Amino acid sequence: MNNDAAFRICPDTGLKFHRPAEGLIKANAVAAVVFLLVGGILGLGVGLTRWPEVHLLDANMFYLFLTGHGINLLIFWIIFFEMAVLHFCSSTLLSCRIATPRLGWVAWAMMVTGALLNNYAVLWEGNSSVMMTSYVPMPAGTLFYVGLILFAVGALINCFMFLGTLVIARAERTYEGSIPLVTFGALTACIIAIFTIASGAVILIPTLLWNLGFVSNIDAGVYRLIWWAFGHSSQQINVSAHVAVWYAIAAIVFGARPLSEKVSRFAFLLYIAVLQIASAHHLLVDPGLSSEWKIFNTSYAMYLAVMASMVHGLTVPGSIEAAQRARGYNSGLFEWLRKAPWGNPTFSGMFMSLVGFGVLGGITGVVMGTEQINIIVHNTLYVPGHFHGTVVVGTTLAFMALSFWLVPILFRRELILPRLASWQPYIFGLGMTGVALFLMGAGTLGVPRRHWDILFSSAVDGGYEFSAAALTMLSLNGMSVVLASIGGAAYIVIIVGSLLFGRRLDENEKVGRPMIATPPPDSAYEGIGVGTITIPGTLVMVFVFFAAFVLYYFINWKYLAQTWGLS
Amino acid sequence: MTSLSPPTKKIWWREHIEKSELIWITVVVVWGIFLTLMMPLWHVYGEQNLSSEAYRTTPEMYLAKATAVVEKYTIRTEGQLAKPVVKPPVGADIYLVARLWDWWPAFELEVGQSYRLHLSSMDWQHGFSLQPANINVQVLPGYEMVMTVKPNKVGEYAIVCNEYCGIGHHNMLGKIHVVERGDGQ
Repeated sequence: MNNDAAFRICPDTGLKFHRPAEGLIKANAVAAVVFLLVGGILGLGVGLTRWPEVHLLDANMFYLFLTGHGINLLIFWIIFFEMAVLHFCSSTLLSCRIATPRLGWVAWAMMVTGALLNNYAVLWEGNSSVMMTSYVPMPAGTLFYVGLILFAVGALINCFMFLGTLVIARAERTYEGSIPLVTFGALTACIIAIFTIASGAVILIPTLLWNLGFVSNIDAGVYRLIWWAFGHSSQQINVSAHVAVWYAIAAIVFGARPLSEKVSRFAFLLYIAVLQIASAHHLLVDPGLSSEWKIFNTSYAMYLAVMASMVHGLTVPGSIEAAQRARGYNSGLFEWLRKAPWGNPTFSGMFMSLVGFGVLGGITGVVMGTEQINIIVHNTLYVPGHFHGTVVVGTTLAFMALSFWLVPILFRRELILPRLASWQPYIFGLGMTGVALFLMGAGTLGVPRRHWDILFSSAVDGGYEFSAAALTMLSLNGMSVVLASIGGAAYIVIIVGSLLFGRRLDENEKVGRPMIATPPPDSAYEGIGVGTITIPGTLVMVFVFFAAFVLYYFINWKYLAQTWGLS
Repeated sequence: MTSLSPPTKKIWWREHIEKSELIWITVVVVWGIFLTLMMPLWHVYGEQNLSSEAYRTTPEMYLAKATAVVEKYTIRTEGQLAKPVVKPPVGADIYLVARLWDWWPAFELEVGQSYRLHLSSMDWQHGFSLQPANINVQVLPGYEMVMTVKPNKVGEYAIVCNEYCGIGHHNMLGKIHVVERGDGQ
């Protein structure tokens, strides 16, 4: 039963924190930031090695760094942060006690142990430079698989705790009606996470047994099919989670309400319905799969998940526009956007995440996921370029933006270096935008991913000479990596510094600036916009986006048409 | 009421949808259908489609077939590794072996002619990446993939490996020479 002593009311936001949940949210968020630091340092090494004039690491170290970079960031940083988001969206937003808090600590310990074991195998033992995908039959050290499995089981426990908390909230009537939209988005993420982790278990457990000698053979094609049901879908957890974070930040900064609950929730539902079949994106040039299978799966059964993301791409900024107009910023097309708080990193980070995810990640994802276009993209640097758009500019930037808000609210510490914080999203966002663009540029020119030396300096019979433009792309990528690393370092300094040295806020002390905007009254929404269109600015933006999408899509078909005939 | 709190109207699924949302949803649905149709249409009208022809194989079986073709049609060797250059008849089945860390053998093909290119790996996974044509295909052990290729420009093409395959990965290179047609067309 809910016992008031176990709760704390946040003086700034009125949010009701269940203390055991609060501890778990903090622990997961802190672990996330630690692995972000590790993965970020490794990423800097990768970027500097790809820069032809610098070529920092030797081949062994490069592949080792690349493996650690991928796993620490794509899996450990993001999933730890998502566990924090799940508990916040259930326990805190529903003012409910968390289900099985002690089990939560067991899960946390399993995840930390798993992540450490995996890093030990990759970075210390050095016998597991198999990349994040660990494709069989290339073997990794046993601890590599053990670590991943342990981590996954811990994450799975957290997912069931989230569902348990929703059940408790309903049973104990801590809220009226339906769960909030943000919690609904988190629920989507949780359901996808359960599917994802189950897929991971289905493939990683036999792979571990194979590694130990109990299973003689794992089929390479089947491994890829099931591994990607884990590897790709786990990126779809991120999409659901960061879209939920966008809605949350729109509400926090602007007091925004959904344009219509129905549309936003239905878009989340589409994610659950079809995201899981995206394994096919990685198998479009694999042997033996029929075109019918590829087309159905790669298109998420007719692009339903793409449609969902495009809908969120309208409804999130649209809800901000409507709220701003209701506040009086109603003139012209873009007054609402000009007068937005661009110095507030929670907003600026979220907005760049939104635009970057759509333009850099979304458009390119659809293009490269087209059955035939994938032929000119598969395993080139275009692929990491694309997912630095989705997972870094999209998910990571959104999570960073949210954490600037969470530090005072959750950790009761004043943020240090506020000026640096207001610059951080721009530095990191610009750097990562460069990384995404230049990697995709190099990939378009055929440069392979996961490749130590595209100058082929140690090849016996001479190598292949990539165009000067491709090499320039890699140099520009290196510079962008440096810029992004400065932004990443700034984030770590601000967050860790605030937790250690920020001014401590008493339990009832206010931060001194509004931490959650008062929603405009419903009556203020009457008559906003231009004519009968309430959000004309957003509508113009999405049509500009759409024009870019169509143009870029056909450019790639044209590019494909110029290569050899294949049948 | 915001996105952080439960909807104020309990029956939220009956509330109206914004006009802007309706316009955008229409565009998005039409575009989604179009994107889906483009792929089958390219199978009909486009020139670049991978076949789904593939077979189960073993490294031994595959290597035997590849070796037979090499023994029959090698015209010269090249490079310090004396790699055989195979010039097969037009339309022939040719076998490219992917192994740590080499693409074997090299081929000499005629422009505008079709060949049935087989691909398989002897060991780990590899990535067939033909440059500068920029054709990229996954190569797996245990699977023999067949695709008909039709070179469209004379020149020297490199095969780079673009699936990470261990410490020699970045030195794994192969070659395809595309020459003028022998029949003078």
